[in-house]
Amino acid sequence: MNILIKNGHIIDPSNNLDRTADLLIEDGRIAQIGQNLSVTPDTEIIDATGQLVVPGLIDMHTHLREPGYEYKETIRTGTLAAAAGGFTTICCMPNTKPVNDSQAVTEFILHKAASEGIVNVHPIGAITKGCNGIEITEMGDLKKAGCIAVSDDGKPVMNSLVMRRALEYAKMFNLPVISHCEDTSLSEDGVMNEGRVSTELGLRGIPNASEDIMVARDIALAELTGGHIHIAHVSTKGAVELIRRAKEKGIHVTAETCPHYLLLTDEAVTGYNTNAKMKPPLRQGGDVEAVRKGLQDGTIDVIATDHAPHAQEEKEREFDYAPFGIVGLETALSLILRLVEEGILTLKDVVLKMSANPARVLGIERGNLSIGVHADITIINPHTTWVVEAANLKSKGKNTPFEGWKMRGRVSAAIVGGRIVFRV
Amino acid sequence: MGLKSKDLLDIQGLEKDEINLILDTAESFKEVTSRDIKKVPTLRGKTVFNLFFEPSTRTRTSFELAAKRLSADVINFSVSTSSVVKGETLLDTARNIEAMRSDFIVIRHSASGAPHMLARQLKSSVINAGDGSHEHPTQALLDMFTIREKKGMIEGLKIAIIGDIIHSRVARSNIHGLTKLGAEVRIVGPPALIPMDIEALGVSVFYNMEDALSGADVIMVLRLQLERQGKNFFPSLREYAGLYSLTSDKAGYAKEDVMIMHPGPMNRGVEISPEVADGLSSVILEQVTNGIAVRMAALYLLSGVG
Repeated sequence: MNILIKNGHIIDPSNNLDRTADLLIEDGRIAQIGQNLSVTPDTEIIDATGQLVVPGLIDMHTHLREPGYEYKETIRTGTLAAAAGGFTTICCMPNTKPVNDSQAVTEFILHKAASEGIVNVHPIGAITKGCNGIEITEMGDLKKAGCIAVSDDGKPVMNSLVMRRALEYAKMFNLPVISHCEDTSLSEDGVMNEGRVSTELGLRGIPNASEDIMVARDIALAELTGGHIHIAHVSTKGAVELIRRAKEKGIHVTAETCPHYLLLTDEAVTGYNTNAKMKPPLRQGGDVEAVRKGLQDGTIDVIATDHAPHAQEEKEREFDYAPFGIVGLETALSLILRLVEEGILTLKDVVLKMSANPARVLGIERGNLSIGVHADITIINPHTTWVVEAANLKSKGKNTPFEGWKMRGRVSAAIVGGRIVFRV
Repeated sequence: MGLKSKDLLDIQGLEKDEINLILDTAESFKEVTSRDIKKVPTLRGKTVFNLFFEPSTRTRTSFELAAKRLSADVINFSVSTSSVVKGETLLDTARNIEAMRSDFIVIRHSASGAPHMLARQLKSSVINAGDGSHEHPTQALLDMFTIREKKGMIEGLKIAIIGDIIHSRVARSNIHGLTKLGAEVRIVGPPALIPMDIEALGVSVFYNMEDALSGADVIMVLRLQLERQGKNFFPSLREYAGLYSLTSDKAGYAKEDVMIMHPGPMNRGVEISPEVADGLSSVILEQVTNGIAVRMAALYLLSGVG
């Protein structure tokens, strides 16, 4: 079926579009953008007056949990959550059970996504077998099966030689190596940021240095090997500075951060809130400022969610024993629109960081509204106000630190390959 | 006035007036505990569950005695952490206890914040008997009671806390309480045992005993967990003791009428020398005695009976 999105404010930095126009979808692809487009009578018309029409959002850091942890999330529920949050493409991390370190697991995920998922799913393969940090995976096979990057996310590759070899090998296949930067000998059994709040709460701290050291190492290895390192979930001032300098030197490094590192500090842990427990941990005000700055000046390319659903009984535990991670797919866009309201980002920046740039980092042909491309489109009503209620999330995970937050701006429709997969 | 909360979770959350109320109330209970018949009917028909996930003799016994002297029924629900590993969550354990109509749950747990989690979910009054490295509010209350009893007041006193501050719930509770009551609190120990940004809690930090102890009215020695050895917090017990063990020489830096405290159990010869522990300045055993009166006061005030 053909769809006409009428009279929306189209923002597509890749094509320098920032104006009100109609957008016509034919046969699942973008056919025309212009004023007062004429259509056939069977065309479905979406009135987007006063709304934003942007290339479908891309989350390059999602945990779908399937296979193995279906009680936390499935490909079905994860993609439902993605669509509701405006993400038409998500990239799922390999720390499932079994780990996605083989063609077979990649194919399983893609098969499930095709039959049960409602948005595009691109798997990310493991850097090392079993994410154990010892032996690198068959990245050629992984790429052939459909992986678009490699990562041991959730764990760092602690051995520098293994990381060097991974960067060298991944380079052959143009696979970005996505690094979870954490020196585990420093973070040890820490459960939150190290600072005044951890001191008051008597919780073991994770210093900024555990992130900064690994960012510095990975940049040095990217320089050595010429491989593409992508720094996941940047949370510290030090990491931003290191990445900025590396980019100035022309090293092939890209980086992402997440909404929570832009909007929360470690104060959110006060009261032992396990929904504010994630890795890297929420940092302090100076870090939030630096990460925002890095986003503004282009040091940080991408905003990703690090959507990490957990079961309620896992989070309803002693802080020390609760797992790390929070859900993010359904709150990310509205949270980032706050930064637009605060004047930190422009709407164009939002589209770049949440669609065009992740597509560029991963080398996938999405994230733009060029004529002829697959019609992945997100329509956003910037005026809708709503309140986050975990119970209403489509994700199985209800572990959000934003419960009760008043939001402004929400997805009104998500279109994947010309099919409406979510509509308010 | 009474206490604002149904629970006693930490000193940080108490106001100065609430601390004073507990200390004042403890004074009258101390009188009860020195009678021939050390028992009052105040909490008859109330049930106190001691839920200790960490080994403890002193604190558990002290709570048990406090509850019994108020005529409450006491159940010692001894749980090893291993039974939790077997499957039941802490919350489920506590809900089961509440289903038996508990009025108080006294909990000690190795995870900081465990009592807070229970308090949010339960109707019973939750009393923190030590949570991880967070707080041990009744210990600080009994310490403050002891200081007040001996020194008349807490405001203006110079109080030094020595040792493993980073892992110490006793230190955190005392820091909050003593600063609220107007004392000047100094902490001293090797840098690895001093937690980040502790100055924000209103204390001054020292690495050197002479500087920290000079002119001190009160010295609190913390227990050094012997399992900290071999983790590079300090190179050896020998060197640690050489630098930080409270000997009579080092105690000599303090005021002549200095009062020496220790929450127990002591490692004699490690953090404190026997002659100091047993010396005239030591109030270590009085702390234990006062613990019962303070815990009676806490139970009484939380019950709302008054």
